[in-house]
Amino acid sequence: MSVEKLIFEKGAPGRRAATMAAMDVPTEPEESMIPAWMLRKEPAALPEVSEIEVVRHYTHLSQRNFGVDTGFYPLGSCTMKYNPKLNEDMAVLPGFARIHPLQPESTAQGAIQLFYELERYLAEIAGMARITLQPSAGAHGELTGLMLIKAYHESQGQGHRNLVLIPDNAHGTNPASATLADYKSVEVKTDPATGGIEIDHLKALLESNAANIAAIMMTNPNTLGLFDSKVLEIARLVHEAGGQLYYDGANANAVLGITRPGDMGFDVVHFNLHKTCSTPHGGGGPGAGPIGVKEHLVSFLPGPLPAKGDQGYYWQDPGPQSIGKVRANTGNFGVLVRAYTYIRTYGPDGLLHVSQSAILNANYLKHELASDYTIAYPQTCQHEFVATAERQKEESGVTALDVAKRLLDFGMYAPTIYFPLIVHEALMIEPTETETRETLDYFVSVMQQIAEEAHTDPEIVKMAPHNTVVGRLDQALAARKPNLRWTPGQEVTH
Amino acid sequence: MASLNHPADLKYSKTDEWVRVQGDRATIGITDYAQDQLGDIVYIELPWDAAQGVSHEAKFGDIESVKATSELISPVSGEVVKVNEELRDRPELINENPYEDGWMLVVEISNPAELDNLMTADEYEAYLQGR
Amino acid sequence: MTYIPNTPEDQQAMLERIGLSSFEELLAPVPEEVRLRRPLELPPALPEPDLKRLLNHMASKNKNLDATISFLGAGTYDHAIPSVVPHLQRRSEFVTSYTPYQPEVSQGMLQAIYEFQTMICQITGLDIANASLYDGATALIEAVLLAVGPGGRGEVVISQGVDPQYRRVLHTYAHARGFSVKEVPIRDGVTSAEDLDQAVSATTAAVVIQQPNFFGSIEDMNAIEPIAHKGKAVFITNITEPASLGILAPPGDYGADIAVGEIMSFGNTMSYGGPALGFMSARSKYMRLMPGRLVGQTVEESGSKQTGYVLTLQTREQHIRRERATSNICTNQSLLAVGATIYMAALGKQGFRELGELCLQKAHYAFRQITALHGYKAAFSSPFFDEFVIEVPVSTQALQQHFEQAGIIGGYPLGENYPGMERCMLFCVTETRTKQDIDYLVGVLKEV
Repeated sequence: MSVEKLIFEKGAPGRRAATMAAMDVPTEPEESMIPAWMLRKEPAALPEVSEIEVVRHYTHLSQRNFGVDTGFYPLGSCTMKYNPKLNEDMAVLPGFARIHPLQPESTAQGAIQLFYELERYLAEIAGMARITLQPSAGAHGELTGLMLIKAYHESQGQGHRNLVLIPDNAHGTNPASATLADYKSVEVKTDPATGGIEIDHLKALLESNAANIAAIMMTNPNTLGLFDSKVLEIARLVHEAGGQLYYDGANANAVLGITRPGDMGFDVVHFNLHKTCSTPHGGGGPGAGPIGVKEHLVSFLPGPLPAKGDQGYYWQDPGPQSIGKVRANTGNFGVLVRAYTYIRTYGPDGLLHVSQSAILNANYLKHELASDYTIAYPQTCQHEFVATAERQKEESGVTALDVAKRLLDFGMYAPTIYFPLIVHEALMIEPTETETRETLDYFVSVMQQIAEEAHTDPEIVKMAPHNTVVGRLDQALAARKPNLRWTPGQEVTH
Repeated sequence: MASLNHPADLKYSKTDEWVRVQGDRATIGITDYAQDQLGDIVYIELPWDAAQGVSHEAKFGDIESVKATSELISPVSGEVVKVNEELRDRPELINENPYEDGWMLVVEISNPAELDNLMTADEYEAYLQGR
Repeated sequence: MTYIPNTPEDQQAMLERIGLSSFEELLAPVPEEVRLRRPLELPPALPEPDLKRLLNHMASKNKNLDATISFLGAGTYDHAIPSVVPHLQRRSEFVTSYTPYQPEVSQGMLQAIYEFQTMICQITGLDIANASLYDGATALIEAVLLAVGPGGRGEVVISQGVDPQYRRVLHTYAHARGFSVKEVPIRDGVTSAEDLDQAVSATTAAVVIQQPNFFGSIEDMNAIEPIAHKGKAVFITNITEPASLGILAPPGDYGADIAVGEIMSFGNTMSYGGPALGFMSARSKYMRLMPGRLVGQTVEESGSKQTGYVLTLQTREQHIRRERATSNICTNQSLLAVGATIYMAALGKQGFRELGELCLQKAHYAFRQITALHGYKAAFSSPFFDEFVIEVPVSTQALQQHFEQAGIIGGYPLGENYPGMERCMLFCVTETRTKQDIDYLVGVLKEV
């Protein structure tokens, strides 16, 4: 298999694929409707290809792409679980797919009902008073959550609070979201022994900044896959200092039916439906990042919110304290249909079993890999854990990146590498609950083989991958001389 | 650390810049440790239209590699008299030769006392050990 | 159970292998005080056939656009999706893949996005485009944040012709981030050039105009551009009806610095407004400031000169810049971008032009027929593309009741968002409306 030419390099003048509807109305000259100088002079130079060329081209592209349906994705913090086909079928039902966001409410009762019910399910799962399904993705949800916290503080005369505490092992979206809410991020150290927040450092920060703490953003289990058992104490300390607790739901796959962020003391929660609720990642999107809040933050939620009355379901305008809107329309409905179907497929017992199985699969892998790879935190993990290629790096210079690339040769995707930042040569592994034991054993055997190769034949690992359509690509060139689009006459080597 | 090079005739800042002092002029760049940490450098933002001031411990530019981005902090105060135009198209010179071809600015020093805040090569290497 | 393949026996064996006897032992780190010791209060699990029935029933309570005729636009446009698009877009290697951080096994997605970026440039006439953003409203926000710069302070001047939902989102972000927003009124359906000139100063950070605007009117960009550029402002154009680019002069031609908008209608299901597909294209000088993901072309490291595609300039992104990021975006709308790419490839140069012609002519036919009716008149005299505002003889609520009785979905009532326009309705006619549909609407309006 080779790299495919670009669609722009295919076809011929005059070719086309789609045929349009008929021009069945009497027409007038364009210049009589629109002043000539407002009209486009040259047609957009889109490709001119026939239908069979379109089909072969994008089919070939799909064949040069790896998905969960192809193989195992042990990506830590991404929860690459199986994407149920039932969910796909439900999302494309015309009654869900072919509806306009602004059509009269009486003609969209099923849609508003789905919003209404899904909100309640997620509120129950999270232990929160109310949910908004508006945010488009996790990072979007984070920013929305921080905006809510900000509005809350302002309403209490505490608008001067401008600091957000973030653990040193947090995902990059956390400090970025804080900046967009005009907050300053302050790093909280994590305890090297437990991976949990270092309580003494937290206390020191809270003491020296008491008046200015707006919030702490954290996730539990944390990004090392470890449950911070001091979470109630952390909540108490932050609340006493006048701050709010924000829960990053990226790791929610570990807690379904086991514990709830609301019960841990969190005030705001976001979910990543494309992680926890099996909606497909689509190569980078779409996702959905609903936010849950405790009662004291409900009046600040963006609107409108789905409501149920005597006449049926309707969209209720939020009150005057609402932060407004964070996107056009009411949410990523197509994604929400999938998440709704998923939750109804499992029910309460099923969701508990999802988390239990995810935790078991992670601990199983951690156990099996321990003889060949240094496990950063050997204690019982939750749904993910961090292994490292430290041993390999020391012995023969084989890095986490090299191990990741070599895995691609065996029909599997790599774990998350170089995250969290505090662990050197990190390989963050999250198998999820949807993998068979045999797949996990196969992954272990391949990792063992790679460890062996790092010993006896490091070059084969350092030069990997060997069996993919392209080898390692020159990232430095891509960044130094960016080529972000095709132009006619551009020389593309194949 | 043995493979990294920090020439003895230069002075070093805590933010990984080096200074070569010649009379009342200082040439500035980033150290071998810094370029090694950054990895392949892809882009640099410098005060291209010279005739600007720089201040001790203030930002004078940004540097980007494939995997990281960092601010460039001036070890001295003064006026910029020369900027290395080569780096516009070939930022990789910083990786290849951080002390010669990878030089960034030449500054006319306004406050020589600031040089006393900088470290010697030995002090810098000891500082790196502690990090 | 369901999608968990390991049986209780498999799981028991795995527990034993790691020296445990029950799941409970794995939960030892979770303190008792936070343990949920009751089942979640959710409806019990449903098997697939039952769930299908339930969801089909729920879906049937929505009037879908295949079962009715609709004249709604107002930011979400109905454009027919050629069958090739879903067949290709829904291939599971695209659908179930992750963000292409390991490019060697993601060349398909990366190349498709590179093609998307190229096509966005081809239709907007600008130099570069990113891999997409969450939706049109947040794409506009991202452009504004870019213009305002790190520090987040500055003034944004925006026309009231910009979609009201987008403006509401802008106000929400402005309040959180700390920049200010000044709105410029509409006169005769378009942005008032005099008012815009008053509003824009030498220090304005960004000027935002929608083309065509929310009323469907075509803004006079020749008059607007010099005003937008009189100071240091970034001139941002917002496009919610991308079919207009087949007929109208594109942003690249009228001097916009950045073009953003909503292009979900190209190849993707409407789905009640989400997931959506925001796009951003810009002049090349903004390359290193572009938010979101970017796909670049490169070659293999080995020196083979083999072409490949990678995510590039990632140091702009949140996971590296962290608190110094000017944007926090992580996800793009990859799968929808693939849909739009296949759509634009399927339509091609000719089809894209024809799409614009059909929308233009059908909308103008409808306009002529409606304004010929007694009691209905054009609200504005400005030129339009495929949407127009009609002053109607009764309240818009009453009109909507008539539409419901007639079994159709009419236009969008403007009173809620534009005080003084309570008797105005926004009608959209795309290529999906037949002459018969339009004549039926006219018949319904006539009877009122």
